[in-house]
Amino acid sequence: MTMFLLILAALLIAGSGLPSLVSGRRSARGPVLSMAIHVLASALGIAVLLRHDLAAAAPLHWATTYRFPIGKPALQLDDLSAWFLLPIFLISALGSVYGLGYWPQRRHPADGRKLRLFWGITTAGMILVVLAANSVEFLIAWEIMAMAGYFLLITEDRRPQVQQAGWVYLIATHIATLCLIAFFVLLRVGSGSLNLWPTGLTHLPRAMLAALFILGLVGFGCKAGLVPLHVWLPGAHANAPSHVSALFSGVLLNMGVYGIVRVAAIAGHPPIWWGAVLLSCGMLSAFLGIVWACAQRDCKRLLAYSSIENIGILMTGLGLAVLGLSLQHPLWVALGLGGSLLHMFNHSLFKPLLFMGAGGIIHGTGARDLEALGGLARRMPTLFWLMLVGAASISALPPWNGFVSELFIYLGLFKTLQGGTPAGWAALAVPLLAMVGALAMTTFIKFTATSFAGQPRTAAAANAHEPGSMMLAPMLLLAAGCAIVGIFPQLFTGLLDHAIRAWTPWNAPIPLETIIPLGCFTAVALALFFAGGLIGVLAIPWRHARIRNPGRTWGCGYVSPNQRMQYTGSSLTQALTEMLRWLVWSTRRQPRIQGVFPQPSNYASHTPDPLLESVVQPALHKAGNTLKSARIFQSGTVQLYLLYVLLIVLVLLLV
Amino acid sequence: MMMTLNAIFVLVILINLFVLGAGRMKALIHAAALQGILLGLLPPLVLREAQFVPLFMALMTVVLKGVVIPNMLLKALRDAHVKREVEPIIGFMPCILLGAAATGAALVLAGRITPSASPLGLLVIPTSISMLFTGFLLLTTRVKALTQTIGFLLLENGIFVFGLLLLGAIPSLVELGVLLDLFVGIFVISIIMHHINREFASLDTRRLSSLKG
Repeated sequence: MTMFLLILAALLIAGSGLPSLVSGRRSARGPVLSMAIHVLASALGIAVLLRHDLAAAAPLHWATTYRFPIGKPALQLDDLSAWFLLPIFLISALGSVYGLGYWPQRRHPADGRKLRLFWGITTAGMILVVLAANSVEFLIAWEIMAMAGYFLLITEDRRPQVQQAGWVYLIATHIATLCLIAFFVLLRVGSGSLNLWPTGLTHLPRAMLAALFILGLVGFGCKAGLVPLHVWLPGAHANAPSHVSALFSGVLLNMGVYGIVRVAAIAGHPPIWWGAVLLSCGMLSAFLGIVWACAQRDCKRLLAYSSIENIGILMTGLGLAVLGLSLQHPLWVALGLGGSLLHMFNHSLFKPLLFMGAGGIIHGTGARDLEALGGLARRMPTLFWLMLVGAASISALPPWNGFVSELFIYLGLFKTLQGGTPAGWAALAVPLLAMVGALAMTTFIKFTATSFAGQPRTAAAANAHEPGSMMLAPMLLLAAGCAIVGIFPQLFTGLLDHAIRAWTPWNAPIPLETIIPLGCFTAVALALFFAGGLIGVLAIPWRHARIRNPGRTWGCGYVSPNQRMQYTGSSLTQALTEMLRWLVWSTRRQPRIQGVFPQPSNYASHTPDPLLESVVQPALHKAGNTLKSARIFQSGTVQLYLLYVLLIVLVLLLV
Repeated sequence: MMMTLNAIFVLVILINLFVLGAGRMKALIHAAALQGILLGLLPPLVLREAQFVPLFMALMTVVLKGVVIPNMLLKALRDAHVKREVEPIIGFMPCILLGAAATGAALVLAGRITPSASPLGLLVIPTSISMLFTGFLLLTTRVKALTQTIGFLLLENGIFVFGLLLLGAIPSLVELGVLLDLFVGIFVISIIMHHINREFASLDTRRLSSLKG
């Protein structure tokens, strides 16, 4: 019954774009109907999942009686997949509500219907990825998700940047799928069946296990955005409509994480180096991601790099959990995987919140460049407070949710020092993680301060208007979610314990409640809220007394400052980016000041993706030039292509 | 019974050869339609006792391949103002000879792979292989998009004949699915042809190479 309802929800979501597709180009009714179907189906899905998961029921397996050459189509649901399903339903539903306000059919007659159609299909593809019970099905679902995602990304396909981002995405996703096909073939050879997800393949030869791990890590890591493989991510997130970026960042990246989590469990007791590789990949992504984020000017690119950072943090937790599996430390598994999965869920709450907020800024001002904003707090106060919640959550400040999950990972990393274990070096991640936290905070201070504080830098920012309720309502819900997870983590640890149990080969993992006194979070949070409220109340008379001469915010004591004399986002983080120039590689044009009365001059800086523009693109160009002779096979005539097909078929028949 | 079956198979092979030599588009489409109708007659003959799904399938085959698809193609033909396949990559006569050689080879080859006691006689597999080959010849040697569609149709006919051997073994639902697939395929192709024609002012598929990146 549970499975049937989930399939029903997935089908409804897959078809949710149809009403707007068949309605007119400027019709308002079709999109509303699409949204209603999507939200209702998601509510159904979430209700079913919670009912199933809270009952601590056994994993569900559902197979058709119908037999295909690839095996019986089957679906399965265990507590781990349930944990990944929750954000899919939640974020896609909220995004479809947001889309009504952000991408109204009336203002986007050309591409609104396409967007809504692929919105449902991408979501359904992701649901199927998580539920798939055999590898062929998994790959089909994976491709549906990736291709529908591509069409979501190129919603505004007339803009050249969007086309460019689309190409990079396509190439990256094909590389990922190629690795995954190899991975699943090898898995079939190793486990002897197409069924997912095999565990306890300890008996396999070492080289094969290593190949499986590496292929899985590259294939899924490409989708998750781990650092050397992240090149598609910033462009894609920056150029898609904001709620699509929210879906990508909040949910699509999770699918890569899902794959890596499953891959890490195939060996039962994995070799130690698996954990070490995951941990170092995680730290690398977290550190580089946030350093690059810090140097960005485009608000959506900044958020995209910060997604890389967050995926890195949760990979660190996963690495710790894998170390725990290898060395038989249930405590590390509980804290590492618990923290990692909770951080994933948290990231699915605050990153869509921030992306939707960035969408709100773009909607209200038409500008994406942080240096063109400023002073928005007075013009869009609700959006400002919501973004402040998102920024505090992502900077892991108590009492918001990012603090809880990062604390889990910190505690787990500290545990590796106890009792003379051979993995004490893992605790080296702690100072790095702390540094990442500090950089994240800097980045988001830059983000909120540059856009919301100070004076408007352009006329567009000065004339900004608050987004409508359709856009604010989903953000309000997400902000509330951030607060709930941060204040009452005990509501979620039950589900987390189930998910951890589904992942480990042991039957009785340690419940998180017994490791960490969760009540402390609630106490700290309430104390903070109380203190904040108290300060607010005490400050009321003081504010009223001082309001007569407000002066200019950040006026630096100038008598008549103008808006060009305030800190810019770049100058705010300049100290940091100077120090980390060897990692950021920004190009700058500095003014030369000569003579007593220098000419007017200006300063410009540009921060491209270091890997994409300095490594990947030149390498691809070079490869394109050297492999030119291979292009004679690509003649462009259909007839010749068909002949190739015939030849391959003949070869396959004869061999 | 066997006589009728064999007669149909021989007719179908003859149509293959005719198709390879035909230059006029209309003749091509009519030949393909005739072949579709003949194929539709096969399942009831093979089956002996009446079953609903295979009979329904036969009816659908006749309707789709004999009436609907040819009409779609004729309409596309009228829209595009194409009458003849003017310059095939390989000439008509060599094509017929190649087709005949392939049919002969198929007969020899099928002697080795036909199950010993096939209830349908010896001609099923050669016919199917010959049709597959004819389809491929059309696809690779003709330049007009319309002729290529017919090549695709013949290819599918070959698979249909091969499927007769498995009638009962694979669910008829799958066969129906294939039929639907074919219909949708041709439907889409005729839309694409319309666009190619409008964009390039011709249905010559060689011009598509200008789309190459």
